[in-house]
Formats: sequence, structure tokens, C-alpha cells
Amino acid sequence: MTEAVGPERAIPAEQIELSVREADSAATPRDVGRWAAKVDRLDVQQRDGVRGTNVAGRRLTGPVQGFGKMWQKTYRMELPGEVTPQQAIATWKTHFPEFWPEGNRFAGALTGISPGDVALLDLAIGGGVKLSTGVFVLYADEESFTLMTPQGHMFAGWITFSAERSGSGTAVQAQVLMRANDPLYELGMTFGGHRKEDVFWAQTLTALGRYLGTDDATVTTRTVCVDSKRQWRHAGNVWHNSMIRSLLQTVATPVTALRRRVRSTS
Amino acid sequence: MDGPVVTMQVRHVADTVAVVDIKGEVTAGCEPVLMSAYEEAGGPGTSRLVLNFAGLEYMNSGGIGMLVTLLVRANRQRQQLAAYGLSEHYREIFELTRLDEAITIYDDEASALAVAGA
Repeated sequence: MTEAVGPERAIPAEQIELSVREADSAATPRDVGRWAAKVDRLDVQQRDGVRGTNVAGRRLTGPVQGFGKMWQKTYRMELPGEVTPQQAIATWKTHFPEFWPEGNRFAGALTGISPGDVALLDLAIGGGVKLSTGVFVLYADEESFTLMTPQGHMFAGWITFSAERSGSGTAVQAQVLMRANDPLYELGMTFGGHRKEDVFWAQTLTALGRYLGTDDATVTTRTVCVDSKRQWRHAGNVWHNSMIRSLLQTVATPVTALRRRVRSTS
Repeated sequence: MDGPVVTMQVRHVADTVAVVDIKGEVTAGCEPVLMSAYEEAGGPGTSRLVLNFAGLEYMNSGGIGMLVTLLVRANRQRQQLAAYGLSEHYREIFELTRLDEAITIYDDEASALAVAGA
């Protein structure tokens, strides 16, 4: 038996190109570029408008590394009209800091919200004290983005902001999967912290809705306790507690400023 | 919303060990499929659940969140979770999210099963 050879067996160049493209797409998952590259510790420069402490050099923490009960909290809002999920997420990414409740600061990277970016936060915790911490952009695509927290943050976990078609409109939501990072935060979350967080994200969604032309949208909150066990092996996370460190940094500010002035005059 | 593009097939490779072959896209939308596979795999006699990610084509952050939920359920039953078949890209995501500290990653099925003595 002979094998047919000749021009009729030649593979067209376009077909070869197509096969190469298919092989490439099979080898490279389409989520490449949507995830941040691996980092061991966060690297971030100082930014205007925030204290910028308690972030550089810290490791990221997910729900596995946290201390308290694990919660999944979903804040959802239906937007009637013609805003698409992609438009809603693009707006949210671009104007993210503007939707935050008054008194809280979010200093993002110049690139906005892109995988691998680190944002510095100053959060109002009452009594004029700001909790300085940050977040890392873990994942971002056209219909969602996810922020992950560093050591010392109130909670270990991530927040996913997403949008999807819902009926004739678009539903936008923020979903938090978290454990309080240490025993002190767990106490704080139990005695008012969860309520504060619920108000924070409801206000954020309302501000987004208003920006997108909906003044009377209702935010629904769904809270599920995923794991009622506390992870006592992570109680030592309290060493990194950014609230304690922020308090100490606030107290030390006049001393630090005086020391700088003395140094500059000597 | 479109349905999940994923299949999860359970293989009981030993009395106490089950492997879940995951093919397709792992997102929050495939939670019912994963939990159903877990129900089938994670009976009272199962002490070790091995996730085979060789057929994984796509995963977003919702998918990682779902794996955390699975981990909690497995821990509650005192079952160990392991994984193999992860490409370099997905292995890095496990490391980035620090999920690898709770789900042990192996290079192949033989290594994952050898630890269980299966």
C-alpha cells in the first residue's frame, strides 16, 4: 500500500496558522492576565492623601489564614435600564474611591484597578483615628474584580465586585468572603463591626447606583456563616494588627514630627 | 446567566480515597456541580479527597472562593484535601491566594495517592 503524496496532500498555510493558534489558545488559559502575578510580600510606594503604613512588606491573607468565623456576605442591587454589566464594572473600577462613604480614603495605583495593583487605605474607625491598611487587586476582568487583604487588615479574605444581567436590567454586587484576622478584630466585628461593614458596602453600592442614574435602588444583604469555628492557631495574627499600629502611629505622630524638625535644624 | 461549563467525575480509588476529575471552567457558577461531586465522593468513610485539575481550562476568583467553601466542608468532616494536575499558571494562583497552605499540591495522581497509601 502506498501513501499518496503530491500537491493534493499539502496543508494550506492558513490551516497551519489556524492549528498553531488553536494550540496556543489550548496551552494558554484565557484567565491569564486577569490574575495578578504571584507576590510573596507587598511592595508599594507612599501616596498622597493617606498615611500609607502597615502595607509594604506584608503578606496577603486569605480566609485560610484568618482567625475568626468565616462569613460570606453578599450586598446586591438591581439597576433597571440599559447599563450593561461591563459598563457597570468599568465605572466601578474607574471611580472606585469616589463611591466610598465619607471619611474613608482609597489611594489606588495610577493604573486604576488592574491585577497586581496595591491600594493604600485610611479607614475611619471613630474618635478621629484612621486605620491605615491596604488591599491588593487579585483578579480583574470586564465583569468583575477582586481585592485581597494583607496581614493586619480587619479581615483576611477577599471582596469580589461583579455585575451580571438580571431580568431587563443589571445586578451589581459586592461579595465578601472573610474571617476576622485576629481575636481583637473578631471581638470588634462581633460588637458592631459587621453592622458597620454592612452599612459601608450598602452606601458604596447606593453611590454607584446614583452615579449610574438610579436614585432609589435597594441594596439587599445576605449573610451566611460558612464556618462557625475559630482558628486559634492564627491568634498570633494580632502581632500585625493594623488598628493597634495605627493608634500607636497616631499617638507617635507629634513625637516623630518633632524629631524630624530637630534633625533638620541640627 | 449561562450554565456552568464544567464536569466533575468521581472515582473511588480506595476505601478511604476519592478522586474528582475536574474538566472545564471553575467559577462560582459551578458550585452545585462541585458540591454534588463532593456528596458523591465525600461519604463518611472517605478521609482524603483528591482534586484532579488536569482538565482545568479557566478559573476566576469566584472559583477560588468556592474551593475555600469546599475546604471548610471537608475540614468539618475531618477529611484532607489534595490537588494535582495544576498547570504552572494555576499552581501560582493557589500560591498567591495561599490556598496551597490548606490544599496540598502534588505533581501527579501517583504522588497524591501514595501519601494516602492508596
